[in-house]
Amino acid sequence: MPFQDGPAGAPRSGALEGSEGRMFARGLKRKSSEDAEDADGGVAGLPAAPSYTLQRQSLLDMSLVKLQLCHMLVEPNLCRSVLIANTVRQIQEEMTQDGTWRVVAPQAAGRAPLDRLVSTEILCRSGREQEGEGDCPLPDPAPGQAPRRPQSSPWGLDGSREGRGGFQKSLDHIFETLENKTPGSVEELFSDVDSSYYDLDAVLTGMVGGAPTGPGLPAFAPTAAAPPSSTCRSDLGELEHTVEILVET
Amino acid sequence: MAISRGLARRTVPEAADIISTVEFNHTGELLATGDKGGRVVIFQREPESKNAPHSQGEYDVYSTFQSHEPEFDYLKSLEIEEKINKIKWLPQQNAAHSLLSTNDKTIKLWKITERDKRPEGYNLKDEEGKLKDLSTVTSLQVPVLKPMDLMVEVSPRRVFANGHTYHINSISVNSDCETYMSADDLRINLWHLAITDRSFNIVDIKPANMEDLTEVITASEFHPHHCNLFVYSSSKGSLRLCDMRAAALCDKHSKLFEEPEDPSNRSFFSEIISSVSDVKFSHSGRYMLTRDYLTVKVWDLNMEARPIETYQVHDYLRSKLCSLYENDCIFDKFECAWNGSDSVIMTGAYNNFFRMFDRNTKRDVTLEASRESSKPRAVLKPRRVCVGGKRRRDDISVDSLDFTKKILHTAWHPAENIIAIAATNNLYIFQDKVNSEMH
Repeated sequence: MPFQDGPAGAPRSGALEGSEGRMFARGLKRKSSEDAEDADGGVAGLPAAPSYTLQRQSLLDMSLVKLQLCHMLVEPNLCRSVLIANTVRQIQEEMTQDGTWRVVAPQAAGRAPLDRLVSTEILCRSGREQEGEGDCPLPDPAPGQAPRRPQSSPWGLDGSREGRGGFQKSLDHIFETLENKTPGSVEELFSDVDSSYYDLDAVLTGMVGGAPTGPGLPAFAPTAAAPPSSTCRSDLGELEHTVEILVET
Repeated sequence: MAISRGLARRTVPEAADIISTVEFNHTGELLATGDKGGRVVIFQREPESKNAPHSQGEYDVYSTFQSHEPEFDYLKSLEIEEKINKIKWLPQQNAAHSLLSTNDKTIKLWKITERDKRPEGYNLKDEEGKLKDLSTVTSLQVPVLKPMDLMVEVSPRRVFANGHTYHINSISVNSDCETYMSADDLRINLWHLAITDRSFNIVDIKPANMEDLTEVITASEFHPHHCNLFVYSSSKGSLRLCDMRAAALCDKHSKLFEEPEDPSNRSFFSEIISSVSDVKFSHSGRYMLTRDYLTVKVWDLNMEARPIETYQVHDYLRSKLCSLYENDCIFDKFECAWNGSDSVIMTGAYNNFFRMFDRNTKRDVTLEASRESSKPRAVLKPRRVCVGGKRRRDDISVDSLDFTKKILHTAWHPAENIIAIAATNNLYIFQDKVNSEMH
């Protein structure tokens, strides 16, 4: 699994650290130059180094996706969730200091339109009968599995702009939740979705085995990567679906 | 190191065969492995014999049993994995061996006994156990014990269930040989080995409001000699030494071991890579060994401010942290181990590499556990990862490392230079026949 470290392959200097007090890892994975044609604005020939803000936003997006994923049959790893949530909080704090908290520059990855990502997650939640569409098109492969999209990078300057609005709305909702610690209302977006699903803190709560938070739908704690052992066992899946129906009023 | 044997568990890799824990018993005679499918396989070292000088104490399969089965938590509608997270041997007190094995929720005590004799010559039943026709019995005989083929019997003696809401990451047997502790993400419980229906909670870091949760317990262990002391590590990179004599609930630590953050290396990933994945007391009890994502550190129990030694396991990954975060590798939990004399420490890495550091000579070596590079009796060749600059012939470049081949679980024989390395679903046992040099 090769890691692209920059066009010249040389480790990058810590240009994003130091005097500004910003923090970001060095050597970010970037799109190869063949994908540059997908990029929108500002990219010609060799891709220029993505700006710090872009990279930080991409990291934030990636972290949020890692946190809110499809239902798992197995309870997810609490340590991993806490570490990712802490990373999100760090980014949020820095963005708040920057005053860039409200800047909307969502960097969609070069994959399926983001509204499809969101709606597919709804499909995941609403039941097993939509098993075919129930697989979340997640960018993060399980540890031990080969990456599904080894080269397309979330750092791409642009993916599809379509559906960005829907995803950005849900991201905003999560940010609001982080700030205000009140469950935002996403009813205007997804009337049949439990709003606490997108509540970051409630997601953490849900992960530690709280009772189902919404009417009917159990608070499956989502994680980014399916552990290799959580093969969807269809008999258990059906049982669980049956229990869901029974519990729903 | 010379290889004594590479033991493959299966030719076609299956998820259930992935080894999830490895542990020698206190004499090193037995080696237990647990896997994702909930099975435990115990290997026994063959005694060295003069007749076969080449067979110098190799390990053969001694017993296999199913320890845990998958379960379903109906209340939360979630599966409970049968994967064995940890195995710990009890000190041997009689002819039988005992071990504790645990999955995410339930700990079990298993007793392993040998049967190599059976009684023969019953009066009332024949060899197959059928009742004899009494008219054929003309005299009485005393049954005698006759040797039979060795049979290893394993039976579950205790099941310690319902003690944990969160996932168990560690178990540790106390030096008093009567109690043990089990730790999950937020709590640590103390059990008595003979009592299954209750346990004592000795550490609880669950916040009143789960929204405030920022730190979890990652590993814990009892002190090898002081039955009142134990340590637990956190996802923020700190170690807490607790004394059970101080209070019933040891939320207040006796000592807090924490290294100040290096401001020049700060990034969004600093906290994640500082999370301690394993903590082990030295055999002497004087030191602790911790593993975080990029380093292993030796701590002196008498100094809380910083570790006394830090060894870089794979610092070339420091510039790849973003990619490793994306593919979740940054959350891999590597274990670490001391050798019997506490002079060498070992830990695993990627690409089926594992690393050993000699604390006295300050030399280190990288070795590979793979079938391609190991033949029985062959000497392992040190490997090198090149990070730019001059590249030697057999060097591996950082970009060619296989991050799916990770050595998370390693164990060192308590007295001799024998190590057990779990590489996905293969177990490698390496023995040192001559003092090998470290590079």
